[in-house]
Amino acid sequence: MKRQSRFILSALAFGYAFLYVPLILVVVYSFNDSRIATVWGGFSTRWYGELLQNDSILDAAFLSLQVAITSATAATLLGTMAGLALARFGRFRGRTLFSGMISSPMVMPEVITGLSLLLLFVTLQQLTGWPGQRGFSTIAIAHTTFSMAYVAVIVQSRLMAMDESLEEAAMDLGGRPLRVVFDITLPLIAPAMIAGWLLSFTLSLDDLVIASFVSGPGSSTLPMVIFSKVKLGVSPDINALATIIIVTVSLGVAIAWVVGRRATRPS
Amino acid sequence: MKDFIHIKGISKLFGDFVAVDNVDLEIARGELFSILGGSGCGKTTLLRMLAGFEVPSSGTIEIDGTDVTHQAPYDRPVNMMFQSYAIFPHMDVAKNIAYGLRKEGVAKQEIDKRVGEMLELVQLVDFRNRKPEQLSGGQRQRVALARALIKQPKVLLLDEPLAALDKKLREQTQFELMNIQDELGITFVVVTHDQEEAMTLSSRIAVMNEGRFKQVGTPKEIYEFPHNRFVADFIGTINTFEAVVTVVNEDGIEAYSDEAGETLSALGRQLIEVGQNIEVAVRPEKIFISKEKPEEAGDVCIEGVVDDLGYLGNRSLYRVRLNSGKMVQVSSQNRRRSITRFLEWEDKVWISWRPRSAVVLLD
Repeated sequence: MKRQSRFILSALAFGYAFLYVPLILVVVYSFNDSRIATVWGGFSTRWYGELLQNDSILDAAFLSLQVAITSATAATLLGTMAGLALARFGRFRGRTLFSGMISSPMVMPEVITGLSLLLLFVTLQQLTGWPGQRGFSTIAIAHTTFSMAYVAVIVQSRLMAMDESLEEAAMDLGGRPLRVVFDITLPLIAPAMIAGWLLSFTLSLDDLVIASFVSGPGSSTLPMVIFSKVKLGVSPDINALATIIIVTVSLGVAIAWVVGRRATRPS
Repeated sequence: MKDFIHIKGISKLFGDFVAVDNVDLEIARGELFSILGGSGCGKTTLLRMLAGFEVPSSGTIEIDGTDVTHQAPYDRPVNMMFQSYAIFPHMDVAKNIAYGLRKEGVAKQEIDKRVGEMLELVQLVDFRNRKPEQLSGGQRQRVALARALIKQPKVLLLDEPLAALDKKLREQTQFELMNIQDELGITFVVVTHDQEEAMTLSSRIAVMNEGRFKQVGTPKEIYEFPHNRFVADFIGTINTFEAVVTVVNEDGIEAYSDEAGETLSALGRQLIEVGQNIEVAVRPEKIFISKEKPEEAGDVCIEGVVDDLGYLGNRSLYRVRLNSGKMVQVSSQNRRRSITRFLEWEDKVWISWRPRSAVVLLD
């Protein structure tokens, strides 16, 4: 018994070490005083300070934040509508097809999504003159397309778990269909929508590949800046930046998980 | 007024499946009417058509002289209590009950007053600000009832109103429901699969199978004079004997049954001819069981052997094997207290019943 539990413990330790040692290293070295990123030179927070002086990083962070908020909001709106349609409007023709199609962007290789969106934007520009320059709006649109799939799936599963007679009861008591959506449906799927928003926000903040395809000159998101800087060698301020991102993203995922768990619990 | 609710030739098809098949029904004002049937018999579909959640494939529904067949649920003078109770989980008890009035645009003071009255009616005054998850099953049921009654609908529809409650609570709630119905005089239409519930609650019952009504009548009529095999079987237990009609007279028939080894007489309610194949049916509690041959003249008497017996406290159940091999169920009240058994396995016994206790079943 004792032997077995020791084996399981070490398996656990190895597994998690494999997953988290690299991340911990980044966090530890972000407090490194040395200029060389791989040599320990004592504790310091100077790189966090230096980060604040770096305009290109701050600009990129600001752009990333804007894109993340915009695309998460748009994805939540569109994804909720899709989820509602799939879960509530009965068995319309082709429902199974639509159900499958809504989740395919989640498994599509990012390179392909990025490439196809780039093609779309280029064609659009030739035909209509818009978008004149690729940047904030094209990245936001691209991020909306793939994150709305996540929102739709979360909202749909919440609606599936919800007792449909709640809406019927409201209608029976005199609520017209649109009123019922606002009185009953939306308040009950709100946790799922919040979870979806947070997830979309995090996905957008993370994305490098798709953003690289659809962004234009002068508009780089944070992951793009980091990637290009690392190609020239790891500088210590990148570690500090990475630490901030790790904290932000894990907070986002944790909150999304907590809210989402509450959302899928049947009421 | 007999036809307060008038259902005329209603059918509902889902694709090729006929859920409700050309049903006609009239329900009087103030009735407590039950639709009784097994799962998938179409009773819930019929109720949902009354509520407006399903549109009939053909036929019309009139309530109080108005054709409501194509009216939306929110326009009908009908409210429904759902099987799941469908209490809005994000609203407290008072808000749940007030919802219907709020959608009607009733003034706030009036709403408060009427919610107060409703809470009193269902004995939930102290639970006004509770959230649904803080309520027990019985309390939720009462919130659902109050919410459905507050708009003073012409008809209240109840979908399996007691199915979610445990047995003790169910019996108590049954009488509460009857009292409330009596007090308010609202017409209740109840859908249930529970025959006992239907028997105690209703003024009339419709027994439904495969989308059609097999019989409509008072609980007594349904139990004592079932029209057909299905109704006889569905409500309680019944013993049936295959028989061939030998004599038809004014108030009944006589028929010879190989299974019984006797000529059985019964009250005939339908058109029957000599030589016709029928079934004669007798309820277990209408049969007497004794060790000696009973002397009562005119009774049907058959000899048999006790095959199995069960003690249920207030009564005993016997399965008696006749000479033909036919099993007959007999239920007898335990009127005397005794620790020893009156009958044992393999005892020779006589079973007997009065001719008036038997009914004729044609299909």
